[in-house]
Amino acid sequence: MITMLEAIRQAMRDELAADDKVVLIGQDIAEFGGAFKVTQGLVDEFGSERVVDTPISESAMIGAAIGAAMVGLKPVVEMQFIDFLACGYNQLVNFAGKMRYRWGQGASLVVRGPCGAGVSGSAFHSQSPESSYLCVPGIKVIYPSTAEDAYGLLRSAIQDPDPVLFLEHKFLYRRIKGEIGSKPIPLGQAATRRRGHGLTVVTYGAAVHTALEVAEQFGDQVEVLDLRCLLPLDEAAVFESVRRTNKVVLYHEAQKTLGMGAELSARISESLFEYLDGPVTRVAAPDSPIPFSPNLEKAWLPGSEQLAQACRQLLNY
Amino acid sequence: MTSEQKLQAYYFLKLNRALEERLLSFYKQNKVVGGLYRSLGQEAISIGSAMALQPQDWVAPLIRNVGAFLVRGYRPRDLFTQYMAKATSPTCGRDCNTHFGDIQRGVVAPISMLGAMIPVMVGVGWGSRMQGVDRVGLTYIGDGGTSTGDFHEGLNLASVWKAPMVLIAEHNQFAYSTPTSKQMAITDLVDRAKAYAIPAEIVDGNDVLAVFAATGRALEHARSGQGPYFLECKTMRMRGHAEHDDARYVPAELLEQWRGKDPIERFTRQLLDEFGFAPEQLSEQDERVKVLIEEDAEFADNSPYPDGSGALGGVFAS
Ligand SMILES: Cc1ncc(C[n+]2csc(CCOP(=O)(O)OP(=O)(O)O)c2C)c(N)n1
Repeated sequence: MITMLEAIRQAMRDELAADDKVVLIGQDIAEFGGAFKVTQGLVDEFGSERVVDTPISESAMIGAAIGAAMVGLKPVVEMQFIDFLACGYNQLVNFAGKMRYRWGQGASLVVRGPCGAGVSGSAFHSQSPESSYLCVPGIKVIYPSTAEDAYGLLRSAIQDPDPVLFLEHKFLYRRIKGEIGSKPIPLGQAATRRRGHGLTVVTYGAAVHTALEVAEQFGDQVEVLDLRCLLPLDEAAVFESVRRTNKVVLYHEAQKTLGMGAELSARISESLFEYLDGPVTRVAAPDSPIPFSPNLEKAWLPGSEQLAQACRQLLNY
Repeated sequence: MTSEQKLQAYYFLKLNRALEERLLSFYKQNKVVGGLYRSLGQEAISIGSAMALQPQDWVAPLIRNVGAFLVRGYRPRDLFTQYMAKATSPTCGRDCNTHFGDIQRGVVAPISMLGAMIPVMVGVGWGSRMQGVDRVGLTYIGDGGTSTGDFHEGLNLASVWKAPMVLIAEHNQFAYSTPTSKQMAITDLVDRAKAYAIPAEIVDGNDVLAVFAATGRALEHARSGQGPYFLECKTMRMRGHAEHDDARYVPAELLEQWRGKDPIERFTRQLLDEFGFAPEQLSEQDERVKVLIEEDAEFADNSPYPDGSGALGGVFAS
């Protein structure tokens, strides 16, 4: 059993070993091993040519990764905190995300880093930015919830010919453990984490674990579907589950407005209207920055009580 | 430059200018979709620099670097069809004007966001060196573009990584309506490069031979492993930001003064007076230009617009 953090490191180690085009780029990632020590030791194994420290220049890091990808490398760029990707947004969204469509040239690169709240990281070290990258074309978004997935999905992300944003919930880094496989896991396949027949909770990332806890309380009522990848999205798995349970709670840590839940809600309403036996329900973060002090942060986080309440209401509907 | 290269430079300069003149008539006929951006008076920079590249080098041209596309083997029809949004354009109508490229030709398609090409070309140079490939990445920036974050992040990273990258700044005095004096508190762009310990030179941007020679030095430096190099080409934007802009904010005397420094007239005089070319040698090139422009203009004019079927698809490899 290894932690999710170790699984992520192992995925990079295996890709570095398998393909000499893979390079890691990031701040403090070489000798220091990264702010969270995700890349610890990799510079000793693969050398400072392939595990490369950079200045604090998110835009230039991603831009350089795009250029390097065009000449055949497969760069994996670490954001020290995923919040700082905002400073490299232009390169990822406007350059990497649109290039294949515009002129047929793709860029195989991964941007990865810690996201998510629950550790008093406050407004700039806690965010879940997936919506910002899903509402523009061209970027695949992966958000694993287990060590096994983190390993297999990151390997697929690195091998993917297109830009991938790989989100790692920092709360899970050292808190969850699992057995990892030795193979990539294909992108775009959701996983049913628990079977139920009363309603489906569709979720991903750290929220999967909260959802499983909550589902316990409801016996065989609550099904938990882990999206794993937000783009490509396994819409078929969501629809299949909702067709069976006829009720759905969309649950995530990111802001509710225009979040993944909003998108899924729309798709479910459009396609499964006749199957629904209750209102499509969302449990997600409020439209407010993430507060610092633990009690405030707890109040902000869409936690187990909120989810349980929503499930109860919907089951009784 | 060898004599042959001089004739070639002359041909490309004339081709660049004739291409834009032809585009201007398309523009006046409402056949250009969107704005028309000119490189009038700045042609020597794109052509002198692109001619100094080795075949394995890569270049990322911006909006005023039509000449670099031509030197890299693109035809006037590629620019015509791009500007006219035709199905036969390199992007099949998916993107506009100079937003095209092909890594087989070592041309990286730019995005609109100024400065963005700099980090990308740092990555091209660095990534090539990592794989033992001898390749320099060259790109351009306007004086206004040197105020962007990507300019500074990109140059700093290039210098720290000693990336084989050359940046050519075209100091044409105006960024849309903003003169350099309102853009920055320095007068020479080379001062920006000094902060990153990048060797930099000021070059007469209206002298194709000077640009060619300086770019050659810059590429040599970058290729030898010493890191990036910066050239500031002093020049003047002789038209508005684009053709819609009458540029009344540009002092008439300034334009008058620069009209006397036209890079093509100047090079033509040099070829005849200094380098002993015969007028017929030049008119032969002029004829080639005329024929090609006519042929390609006709091709573009007769080309269809794309039907809607090409609007979607190709965002991802699969
Ligand atoms: C980041 C960014 N901001 C604004 C613009 C809009 N814009 C396009 S060209 C231009 C002026 C550019 O001036 P300069 O860099 O000096 O180049 P020149 O047009 O003189 O060649 C502006 C403001 C842009 N393309 N990119």
